Amino acid sequence: MTVAVVQFGGSNCDRDTVRALSALDIDTRLVWHEDGLPAETTGVVLPGGFSYGDYLRAGAMAARSPVMDEVRAAAESGTPVLGICNGAQVGCEASLTPGAFTVNQSARFQCEHVHLRVENADTLWTAAYDAGDVLRFPIAHGEGRFEIADDRLETLAAENRILFRYCDPEGRVTEAANPNGSTGGVAGIVGDHDTVAVMMPHPERVSLPDIGPTDGQGVLRAFA
Amino acid sequence: MTGYTATVTVRLKQGVLDPEAETTQRALERLGFELTDLRAADAFEIELEADSAGRARERATEMTERLLANPTLHDYEVEVDQR
Repeated sequence: MTVAVVQFGGSNCDRDTVRALSALDIDTRLVWHEDGLPAETTGVVLPGGFSYGDYLRAGAMAARSPVMDEVRAAAESGTPVLGICNGAQVGCEASLTPGAFTVNQSARFQCEHVHLRVENADTLWTAAYDAGDVLRFPIAHGEGRFEIADDRLETLAAENRILFRYCDPEGRVTEAANPNGSTGGVAGIVGDHDTVAVMMPHPERVSLPDIGPTDGQGVLRAFA
Repeated sequence: MTGYTATVTVRLKQGVLDPEAETTQRALERLGFELTDLRAADAFEIELEADSAGRARERATEMTERLLANPTLHDYEVEVDQR
C-alpha cells in the first residue's frame, strides 16, 4: 500500500504532496523517476513543478520519460493516478487524459486562489464532495489553459468526465471567474478510466489544517 | 549517406488562442508599427544523415509527431535540404 509521488528534475510540489497525503495517514513514497515505480505501488501522483524546465512545452519531456510507461500500465490496471499542475500537463502530454494545457490567456504566470465547482461527485476524486459544491483552491501556473476541440469537450461533458470548472464564489461558471481562459472553464478532468485524473489547481496546498482550510483533502482521499 | 537539414516548423492550429503572439503584436503596435496580424511559430533545425531526402523527411516527421508537436494544439511542416 504505497502512493508513489514521482519526482522529475524540476518537480517542486513533491514534498508538499507527500506531507498532505501523510497527514491523511496514507502511506506515501517519493520516487525518483529513473528508479521506476515500486512493486507495492497502489497509487501514483505526478506532482507540480517545472519538470525539465518546461522546455518545449510544460510536461512534454517528462511525459516521454520511461517511468511514464509504467504509470500508463498502472493506470490501465486500475491504479489511481493523479496529475496536479505540472503533473496535469504531463498527464495530458502523455495522453493519459485528453486535451492539452497551454499558455494562460493572460500570457502570465498566475499564483492566486480560485473557486472550483464540483461537476461530478461520482468519482473517487470527488466522492468527498457533492455536485455543485464550491471549493477554494490555489493555482500557480503559466500554462494552465485547458485546450480541447469543442466537439471533444462536449463528449467529455456528456460522459461526465469533467471534475471541476472554475467558477465565482456562488458557483457560477463565468468568463470573469475563468483565471486562464480554459475551454469551458475546465479545471480538472478524468481520462478514459475515472481512476486517472488531472487538475491544474493544487489540492495538496489546501490540505493541512495547521496552515488553513482543507478543501483539498477530499481529492487526496481517493488514495485512502 | 548524405547530410540533410530538416527544418520543422510547429505552429498553433488555426483558432487556438496565442496570448504570446497577441502580446508581441501589441508591443510592436506600441512601437508605432502598423500590422494586421502576427502569428508565432517554433522552428527546429535538425541535422541528420540519411540515404535519401525522403528517408530524412520520414525521420524528422516521426520526431515531430513523437515530441516536437502536440497534435491537440499544433500543425507542422517539415522541409528537408541537402547540406
